[in-house]
Amino acid sequence: MSAQMVREEVVFKRPAPLGQTVTHYCPGCTHGIIHRLVAEVIDELDVAGKTIGVAPVGCAVFAYNYFELDFVESPHGRATAVATGIKRVQPDKVVFTYQGDGDLAAIGTGETVHVAARGENITVVFVNNAVYGMTGGQMAPTTLPGMVTTSSPKGRDVELAGYPLRMSEMLATTSGAAYIVRRSVHDVANIRKTKKALMTAFKVQMQCMGFSMVEILSTCPTNWGIPAGDALKFIEEKMVPYYPLGDYKVHEAVKPLVAH
Amino acid sequence: MAKELWKGNEAVAEAAVRAGCEAYFGYPITPQTELLEYMSRRMPELGRVFIQAESELAAINMVYGAACTGARVMTSSSSPGVSLMQEGLSYIAGSEVPAVMVDVMRVGPGLGNIQPSQGDYNQLVKFGGHGDFKAICLAPSTVQESVDLTVLAFDLADKYRTLVYVVSDGALGQMMEPAELPPLQLVRKERPGWALTGADHRPKNIITSIYLDPEQMEKLNLRLQAKLAEIRKNEVRWKEYLTEDADLLLVAYGTMGRVCYTAMKQARAKGIKVGLLRPITLWPFPSERIAELADQVHGILTVEMSAGQMVEDVRLYVEGRCPVQFYGRMGGIVPLPDEVLKVIGEMNDELITAEPVEMVAA
Repeated sequence: MSAQMVREEVVFKRPAPLGQTVTHYCPGCTHGIIHRLVAEVIDELDVAGKTIGVAPVGCAVFAYNYFELDFVESPHGRATAVATGIKRVQPDKVVFTYQGDGDLAAIGTGETVHVAARGENITVVFVNNAVYGMTGGQMAPTTLPGMVTTSSPKGRDVELAGYPLRMSEMLATTSGAAYIVRRSVHDVANIRKTKKALMTAFKVQMQCMGFSMVEILSTCPTNWGIPAGDALKFIEEKMVPYYPLGDYKVHEAVKPLVAH
Repeated sequence: MAKELWKGNEAVAEAAVRAGCEAYFGYPITPQTELLEYMSRRMPELGRVFIQAESELAAINMVYGAACTGARVMTSSSSPGVSLMQEGLSYIAGSEVPAVMVDVMRVGPGLGNIQPSQGDYNQLVKFGGHGDFKAICLAPSTVQESVDLTVLAFDLADKYRTLVYVVSDGALGQMMEPAELPPLQLVRKERPGWALTGADHRPKNIITSIYLDPEQMEKLNLRLQAKLAEIRKNEVRWKEYLTEDADLLLVAYGTMGRVCYTAMKQARAKGIKVGLLRPITLWPFPSERIAELADQVHGILTVEMSAGQMVEDVRLYVEGRCPVQFYGRMGGIVPLPDEVLKVIGEMNDELITAEPVEMVAA
C-alpha cells in the first residue's frame, strides 16, 4: 500500500493574539468568550503588532497574561485616561481598554464620559455583568433593582441605592462618540453579533472616526450564585429587558463600516 | 541665547518644551494655571500633545499612559491637585516608567488659598503615594533655576526610569525674572525596549505594578529600593553660602532659600557668622553635608513656609550634634528677611554670645 500525501487544511484554530495559557476565570464566565472574540478581531484585522491593550482592575486584571499583545495595567477606573495618553503620543497604534462595570461605570465614570466627549480614537470593551466579580460580589452601578449582592444583602433598594446606570445610552448622547452598541454573549447568535460589533468598533478606531464602545452583557455565575447555564438565561430574561441590546450611536460615517 | 524676562510658570513650561517634552496633560489650578495655558498654545505649535484633562486624576493617568510608550511627558499642578494625583504617581513609580510632575505649592490643608506655601514637603519628599518609594525632588529658588531643574528633571526621569518632581511655589510660579532657556530638543523618535509600541516581531511588553506572589512583589520592591540607593549615591545637590566659618547655619529651600540668603547677608553685616545651606534635591537630601556642618556650627535654623516639615529631616540627619530650631509662617505669609534676622539674633544670643546684638537691618 503506497503512502499518500494528504493535504491538511486548518479550518479553525486559536487566534494568534490569544495566548496559549489557561485563564483563571470561573466556569461559566463569559470573559473567556469575549477575550477570544477580541483576539479574533485583532487577528483578522492583522493589527496585533500595533495594538496596545489597557487592563482594568477587576476579574480581567490579568488580561495581559491571556493576550499576546503589549499591555499596561491601569489604576481602577482610569483605563480610558491611560488609553488616551497612549493613543495621543502614538496615534497610529490600535488602543483598546477592557473594563468591567465597576471600572467603567463607578470609579471611572468621569474618565469614561470624557473619553467619549473628546471623541478619543480608542475602543472600549465594556463587560457588564451587574456585579463586582473580583472583590467577591458587591453591588455594582449596573446591579439590577432587587438583585441580592454582598453589599445589598436584601436586594438592591432603589430608595437607598438609586437605579442602575445605562452607560451605552448615556455615552451615545456625546458628540464625540461614533459607535456605541450593546450586545450580549448568552447564546451563539448573540456571540456572533458581538464579534461583528467588535470588528466594527476596531475599524471605527482605525479610520479615526471617534470613540467606539461595545457593551457586552456577561455572566458571573459565581457571584450571582446560580449555575452557569442559568446564568446565561439570567442575561436573556433579566438583564436584556433592563439593558436592551441594540445600536445606540452609529454615526453616518460609520454606517459603511458596519460588519454584516 | 540671551536672557529674557520670564514668568516662573511659563519659564518652566518652555523649559519642558526645550527638553523635548512630547506630551503635557494638566488641569487648571491656581497658582500654576499659566503653565497649562502656555502649553495649550506651545505644544500644538510644535505638533506635540496637549490635553486639558477633566481632572488631575485623569491628567496623571494620561501621563502614565504616555509614559508607558517611552515618551517624555509631564504634568503640573498645585497642592490639592497633587493630592489627587497620588494614586497615579504610585502606579507610575511601581511600573518604573519615567515622568515629571511640577508642584507649584499653595496653602493647605483643604482648599487653603492660592498664596505660596511649602506645606507639600511631606507629600512630595516622603512620597505621598502608597507604598515604599521616593521621587527625586528638585527645588529651584529662582526662575533660572526653575528652568535648569525642569530640564534636569526629564534627564533624571529617563536615566533612572523614575518620577521626578519640580518643587515650586506660588511666589516662584508668579514672579518674573531674567532667565536663559536652553536650545530646543526635538521629540525623540526612538523608543526604549521596554515601551509599549505594539508587539511587532518581538515578544509582548507588559507594564504593570501587581504581582500576587509575595516573593515576586518583594523582588520588585527590592529592585526599586536598589534604584533609590543608586539615586541617593549619585544625585544629591545643594548650594551653600558662607559656611566655611559659620557659627550658625540656616537651612532653607525655594523661596525661603532666597529670603534666608538676604537674612544671612544682613546678619553677617552685624558680625554674626551665619551660613546657608540650600538643598536643591529635597530627596535625596544632602544629609551627609548637613551632618558635617552640624559638627561645625553652634546651631541650625530651618526656615519654611509651613509648620515645620523639612526641619524633621534636618533633625534626623543632625542626630543631635547641635540644636536645631525652626521658624516658619503659614497661611500664605512669606517671611521676609527682617523676621528671619530677628530669629537669627535670638539664636545668636542664646547659643553664641552673652551680649545681645541689635538686630535691625541697616
